Amino acid sequence: MLSKRVIPCLDVRNGRLTKGVKFEGNVDIGDPVETARKYYEDGADEIVFYDITASHEARGIFLDVVEKVASQIFIPFSVGGGINTVSDMRDVLVAGAEKVSVNSGAVKNPDIISEGAARFGSQCIVLGMDVKRVEKSEAIPSGFEVVIHGGRKYMGMDAIEWAKTGEALGAGEICLNSIDADGTKNGYDIELTRLVAKSVTIPVIASGGAGSPQHMVEAVTTGRATAALIASIVHYGEYTIADLKKHMAEAGVQTRSVW
Amino acid sequence: MLAIFDYKAGNQTSVHRALEHLGIPNRITNDPEILNNAQGIIFPGVGAAGQAMDELHSAGLDEVIKSLIWQNKPVLGICVGCQILLDYSEENDTRALKIIPGECRLFNPSWTDYENVPIRVPHMGWNQVELKQECELFAGIDPDADFYFVHSYYPAPSEEYVIGTTRYGIDFCSVHGRKGLWAVQFHPEKSGRPGLKLLKNFHTYCQEAAHAE
Repeated sequence: MLSKRVIPCLDVRNGRLTKGVKFEGNVDIGDPVETARKYYEDGADEIVFYDITASHEARGIFLDVVEKVASQIFIPFSVGGGINTVSDMRDVLVAGAEKVSVNSGAVKNPDIISEGAARFGSQCIVLGMDVKRVEKSEAIPSGFEVVIHGGRKYMGMDAIEWAKTGEALGAGEICLNSIDADGTKNGYDIELTRLVAKSVTIPVIASGGAGSPQHMVEAVTTGRATAALIASIVHYGEYTIADLKKHMAEAGVQTRSVW
Repeated sequence: MLAIFDYKAGNQTSVHRALEHLGIPNRITNDPEILNNAQGIIFPGVGAAGQAMDELHSAGLDEVIKSLIWQNKPVLGICVGCQILLDYSEENDTRALKIIPGECRLFNPSWTDYENVPIRVPHMGWNQVELKQECELFAGIDPDADFYFVHSYYPAPSEEYVIGTTRYGIDFCSVHGRKGLWAVQFHPEKSGRPGLKLLKNFHTYCQEAAHAE
């Protein structure tokens, strides 16, 4: 049976692991390579790295982190942030990532999904979506709108339609982040997760809002996600990944128990 | 020394990193002489079967891998490298290497999983292998261990070549072959400690086979 995945997300800024409100007030919380290693040892099923600087100067430092991670951890990991061209994708894949996550780059230029899928295979291409609740309208019938720049820019696109478009263009997976839930620790936006998961056949990773193992259980049962992304609840040592998986298993969720 | 068969199929550097970590001498190569001198060959692959066969064919490397197998050189196929050992793949309507009888088919998203929910395609994530035959590759690996899969097509070899199966909508064949010629649909180089152990077991087999010669 396929296990539900637990995926810690590491935000990296200038080669350091950081956490904070997106793009602002970030605090240095450690070395990303060491942290990734620890999570690997502790049973993480996959790891996501996000380059939140994504500036030209800091890119080299970030790619260096990716390379170090690739030689030390032997589970899949994906890389996002600042992926705007096929050449950006190539850089992180060559550095050792399995998957690349495209987000605002794909909103601005959807063809990057199909170009990336044709060049590297769909299994490599994750469509990252940032989504905010809005009033239902003709343009946004689901009441969930695609946003970029950490939620500051509304794109006039319905999240459900964008998920379907992304799938049709060749994305192999969707990482679905609720801006409303992000950082609240009140749980994932289950309604959003379920809506998106039901409208595509590719796997969906729930993101934003994890505050307890029970939230993760909800995401992969009621929410129909195949994976749960987490950050703060493990970065600050509140839970270990092993704790989270144990709780999920006790709730009847299939998880990877031997590593 | 293990050779990682280089035909620009993607994951050879991940395999290389895993072998380096294990301290197993290895080379990424398509030089027939180096391949001949290797104790065993890892035949990797990601992406599409059609593209993989085109790469092999255009460089004449399909004949190289076939002749290594005919000489009984130990081979481990991974993912697309596992699929194209068969006769045919539905992906891109591809005529494959015809080394092991069988074909590769697309998962049907109307199949359901244990919760009676339709399966998602690709099959992506960690899943278990139930062995149908004893296999040196799995020596010392916990039967409950999970391995990392990512694929939309699954191998369906003839019955006698099925070594292990995995449940995803159906019980599909995730390990096939015969002694010394193994093919795994999952990625051992990305499957944590159990995957590393499998690579180590393959290397041990290759060393013993080379020694016995």
